[in-house]
Amino acid sequence: MKVLVAVKRVIDANVKVRVKADGTGVETTNVKMSMNPFDEIGIEEAIRLKEAGKATEVIALSAGVQQCQETLRTALAMGADRGILIQTDAELQPLAVAKLFKAVVEKEQPQLVILGKQAIDDDCNQTGQMLSTLLGWAQGTFASKLEPNGDSLTVTREVDGGLETVALKMPAVITTDLRLNEPRYASLPNIMKAKKKPIETLTPDELGVDVSPRLKTLKVVEPPPRKSGVRVSSVAELVDKLRNEAKVI
Amino acid sequence: MSVLVVAEHDNTNLKPATLNAVTAAAKLGDVAVLVAGSNCHGVAEAAAKIGGVAKVLLADDPAYEHRLAENLAALVAKLAPGFTHVLATATSAGKNVMPRVAALLDVAQISDISAVEGADTFVRPIYAGNALATVQSSDPIKVITVRATGFDPAPAEGGSAAIETVDPAGDSGLSQFVGQALSKSERPELTSARVIISGGRGMQSGENFHLLEKVADKLGAAVGASRAAVDAGFVPNDYQVGQTGKIVAPELYIAVGISGAIQHLAGMKDSKVIVAINKDEDAPILQVADYSLVADLFQAVPELAAELEK
Repeated sequence: MKVLVAVKRVIDANVKVRVKADGTGVETTNVKMSMNPFDEIGIEEAIRLKEAGKATEVIALSAGVQQCQETLRTALAMGADRGILIQTDAELQPLAVAKLFKAVVEKEQPQLVILGKQAIDDDCNQTGQMLSTLLGWAQGTFASKLEPNGDSLTVTREVDGGLETVALKMPAVITTDLRLNEPRYASLPNIMKAKKKPIETLTPDELGVDVSPRLKTLKVVEPPPRKSGVRVSSVAELVDKLRNEAKVI
Repeated sequence: MSVLVVAEHDNTNLKPATLNAVTAAAKLGDVAVLVAGSNCHGVAEAAAKIGGVAKVLLADDPAYEHRLAENLAALVAKLAPGFTHVLATATSAGKNVMPRVAALLDVAQISDISAVEGADTFVRPIYAGNALATVQSSDPIKVITVRATGFDPAPAEGGSAAIETVDPAGDSGLSQFVGQALSKSERPELTSARVIISGGRGMQSGENFHLLEKVADKLGAAVGASRAAVDAGFVPNDYQVGQTGKIVAPELYIAVGISGAIQHLAGMKDSKVIVAINKDEDAPILQVADYSLVADLFQAVPELAAELEK
């Protein structure tokens, strides 16, 4: 089976995000960018399916600016076979991305599409579910375990009360949760090899998709800061403060 | 303006998080609550008693027994054209189903709103809560998930809404429920607890969480964990508080052996009072804590349990 994995270029998880002074967004110039961590888990899972003989080809897919090529190269260095970039400078919102991905799915005909459950920039948690819906496919969100067996896929999902298991008709869309796997680091030889792997570039126009945003961002501000706290020197002092000052116990 | 709130429940009990979504909905218009499940009439009755609810729609059908996203979304999308807004709480269940509803309606979803600014304008945290975006929707129907900590719960009693039965929308046949392994606990749920005590990597093992449980028992608290503690296998995934786990805002949050990674802070920094117990005085958690104690948790936590006896 062919597996398509979506990867998003986001501000690196370890960067302290700063809101722009003019309130239009967050500072992205000279900021380290990386692959969305949940998407790394997606790539890892696809590669493991290939290593287990269950997948035949792993395609990494991204949408956005030209620099998303770097994100795709990371996926190729981890072990994906080839990349597809839907290149545009337009602001992309989840519904538009789902429509773009649907067009690629119709071209490539994968049996499984894996996305991260959310991107750590907009924290939307939408694209996988939307893609699954537009395709008329089943979805297994927040997956912590995948077991493909023929025409069906058993998925263990992380839910608020614990774990839930569902059986999905294939083809299906999966979104990854943290415990699905631990992504590998790309080795230096594989990084070199990845430079030779093909990346195809498409545009929203070629795919016939209108990507106009539906939501307008009016402003972006920093959250109100917490007032600074105090050090206590003992457990007794802590309990006293909680009882008599904060009055929460 | 009329708003549909998709209730969260387990066919027997209405989940308290639904009450917060009702509060958000009431800021937008008349509130109807959809209870979709199987043999769930009792839940519909509970929903009818929520203060501020004008109508309850009941879809009682085996297709909704486990609220599979494919089936539930089809029903919600079928009902949606009678409303200006469709809301659910941003729980794992709400996040699972609502983007499907939005896609079926060809509208954007506004995820995880923490405030309502107007009929089409909402505030939502982005970048793990390090920024707050105000967004305006141009879509005819607004599909929204609600961050429960941003809104007080609506009163569970006091309403007397009529219950109306609606036709089910069929079984998609795309997915099947196989089973579930839910954590059983006598303690309050993390997302509605008044007090939470959470442990991190510093706890060193799952067994050591018993130390936290002793304090939790004294305070009637829920027990949570950081991602590091869950990844290390100390406790199950449903304990996780953070950007991609549960978002909590209790009266009192006690962080024990938690360094305070950005993604953990994102899940708890709106708590009213934060206590940090950590042996590392440079741990970032100490910067957001109202009261911090630099100490070895293996001494401090048993001492805390003993002190609370007094």
